Amino acid sequence: MTVHLSRRTLLGLVGAGAGAYLVSACSDGGSDNAGGPQAINWWHIQNTEPMLPVWAAMAQEYQGAHSDVTIEIQPLENEAFKAKLTTATQAGSPPDLFQSWGGGVLKQQVDAGLVKDITDEVRPWIGGLLPAAVQPYTIDDRIYGVPFDVGMIGFWYNKDLFARAGVSAVPTSWAGVLDTVRKLKGAGIVPVALAGKDKWPAHYYWAYLAMRIGGLDALRQAAKDKNFDTPDFVAAGERLKELVDLQPFQRGFLGAEYGSADGQAATMGNGGAAMELMGQWAPSVQASSSTSKKGIGDKLGFFPFPAVDGGKGSASDAFGGGNGFAVGKDAPASTVDFLKFLLTADNQRRAAKTGAVLPTVKDAADAISDPNQKIVAENLAKASGFQLYLDQAYPPAVGQQINDSVAELIAGTKTPAQIVKDITQVAKSQ
Amino acid sequence: MTRPSTVPDAGRGDVVTGPPGPDAARQRGHRPRPGRRRALAVFLTPSLTLFLLLVVAPIAVASYASLYKWNGFGLPENHVGLDNYTRALADPVFRGDLWRGFVLIVLSLTIQLPAALGLAMLLNQPLKGRGLYRLVFFAPYVLSEVTTAVLFTLVFSPNRGLGEVISRWLGAEAGAVFADPDTVLFAVFLVVSWKYFGLYMILFLAARQGIPRELHEAAVTDGAGAWQAFRHVTLPLLGPTIRIAVFLSVIGTIQLFDMVWVLTGGGPIHASETMAVTMFQYGFRRFEVGYASAISIVMFVLSLAFALVYQRVVLRRDTEGALTVQGDQR
Repeated sequence: MTVHLSRRTLLGLVGAGAGAYLVSACSDGGSDNAGGPQAINWWHIQNTEPMLPVWAAMAQEYQGAHSDVTIEIQPLENEAFKAKLTTATQAGSPPDLFQSWGGGVLKQQVDAGLVKDITDEVRPWIGGLLPAAVQPYTIDDRIYGVPFDVGMIGFWYNKDLFARAGVSAVPTSWAGVLDTVRKLKGAGIVPVALAGKDKWPAHYYWAYLAMRIGGLDALRQAAKDKNFDTPDFVAAGERLKELVDLQPFQRGFLGAEYGSADGQAATMGNGGAAMELMGQWAPSVQASSSTSKKGIGDKLGFFPFPAVDGGKGSASDAFGGGNGFAVGKDAPASTVDFLKFLLTADNQRRAAKTGAVLPTVKDAADAISDPNQKIVAENLAKASGFQLYLDQAYPPAVGQQINDSVAELIAGTKTPAQIVKDITQVAKSQ
Repeated sequence: MTRPSTVPDAGRGDVVTGPPGPDAARQRGHRPRPGRRRALAVFLTPSLTLFLLLVVAPIAVASYASLYKWNGFGLPENHVGLDNYTRALADPVFRGDLWRGFVLIVLSLTIQLPAALGLAMLLNQPLKGRGLYRLVFFAPYVLSEVTTAVLFTLVFSPNRGLGEVISRWLGAEAGAVFADPDTVLFAVFLVVSWKYFGLYMILFLAARQGIPRELHEAAVTDGAGAWQAFRHVTLPLLGPTIRIAVFLSVIGTIQLFDMVWVLTGGGPIHASETMAVTMFQYGFRRFEVGYASAISIVMFVLSLAFALVYQRVVLRRDTEGALTVQGDQR
């Protein structure tokens, strides 16, 4: 299998879509025989501690109880997963069970007939999940995936560094954030860690600012009209520019990755920066990529993205998303049953206990032990509205353009007014 | 996209396919006998099949797809003519790719190859432990591109990489070279050179050792100094190898992908992006496979055009023997 897949990857590269034809010609897809032995090919992106062994253990248990099912697990790094899935889906042979964030990317896969409609199969138990979490996987009232994790983006901050800079309360407005940054800089502390090479972490700032300034409706309307060239989106860029002009980021941030040894998470985990705007997984990645492998422990705090003065959006609207699994079109019959097994309240509790997953099953919420995760879950529970990551919610080309454009804004090569024109142009071309 | 064949003897007329019979000489240049034809078919079919399937078919499909606006799912239906090509030529990122490719080629030809040549000449001298030097200088070439790139992201990790530590000693701050749009392209060039100069060095060294000693002795007898001997004896005789090295270097630069992708992903803000990286971004990130195909076709045409012109004009003398002379008379 491994050999086959690597050849597939290679071919995809050689032809840029051209190779895809060839691969689809020589791959036979999954088997669909309900009675006989079944192999579930499962790609997930929890390729590090703590979730990697948990998934493996769950798969073992399921195989133990179902002797006719074998589960082939392929843990992949996030970026590697995206590249590999693209090749596989373009070849028309998606894995049986694979990571999905829902939204625009899932919709494209649905439109292409690569993903199974599992609405009827999950109906008996999907009600046990948080509705906000399931929403990104619901397309035209049909369910194409199941989330096992849901969370939101917010500021993670180092309490010690805040205290050292004389910041006693977390900011509750954008002006307060800028003020905090100034104080931190004044105290000789790097205020913000950012992974410029990966681009998606920077888009959180612009998206949140747009949400706070224009409101959730502005984001929906922009997607519908394919027009981001509005005063609200320009204002979001201008507010972001205010932050960038303070030069708050760590040295070399334009080349930094999120999870690498000297990246955004490591900078936070090693106490090298005072805050980062990141999702619920931040504490566990900070710990695993820090030198001590422990992160900054209980010095880590969380505060939601604050309001922007004069903005139309509510400060309790949450921006985030989760992780889930979609089922490939040729998946064997027991795949959805296995998915159900992964999402039992017990298994969700096990996942939640690692601190890397915020459970989507309501009954499992009691298993969130980590105080940081509890705060995120509480904020999420009282959120007045929810917006999926823009690079997932919108069609991929638009999402990538937003990432690219925000990177250009932060690097200072484009103005707020220019980037909304660039994004609009791509949106209109879709 | 597809690597053009660098083996120019595909057109060689006389392929020895079996034991030469008594009338082999008479057959030379004529239509092969039925037996030989069968042998030809048997031996050629596998490679021809692979060639058609893995080289010709993808080119055909990519050129077809490049005429469509297509997200890669299902079949392309939205025919847009040459729009993808005009879009590419108007796109500042793609035009930047062409410029950056040009810069990298110029740097390779003016720095990388001369340095490799100089080193080869040095290692041709009777030095103590030169076998070890040769090994050490050639070693980077053995590493895969991705390994090399990962290695250098660690070396130039901005805050605790080896590059940072060393450059601090020297009073500079080189740790963040990959994070600065002004330096990133040169940093990439440095890494590419580190990996490939060993290959060129070995090529030059081998060619240098193929030059008969008598020629230099004669030159010295005639009163030539070291420089004159190099300039008028060594260099002209290295000509074929240098021309091939230039060829490999240019084609390799046009197709540069793995190294850049792992080192910088083309960033920051496209400052190290190459055509192949742009193609990957559009094909595999934005799902604009039609546009990505157009870029791949432009790459292919550029490579092919360069290869053809170069072989015709520059390599003509070098390949003459291989293409036209039958026996081994050299």
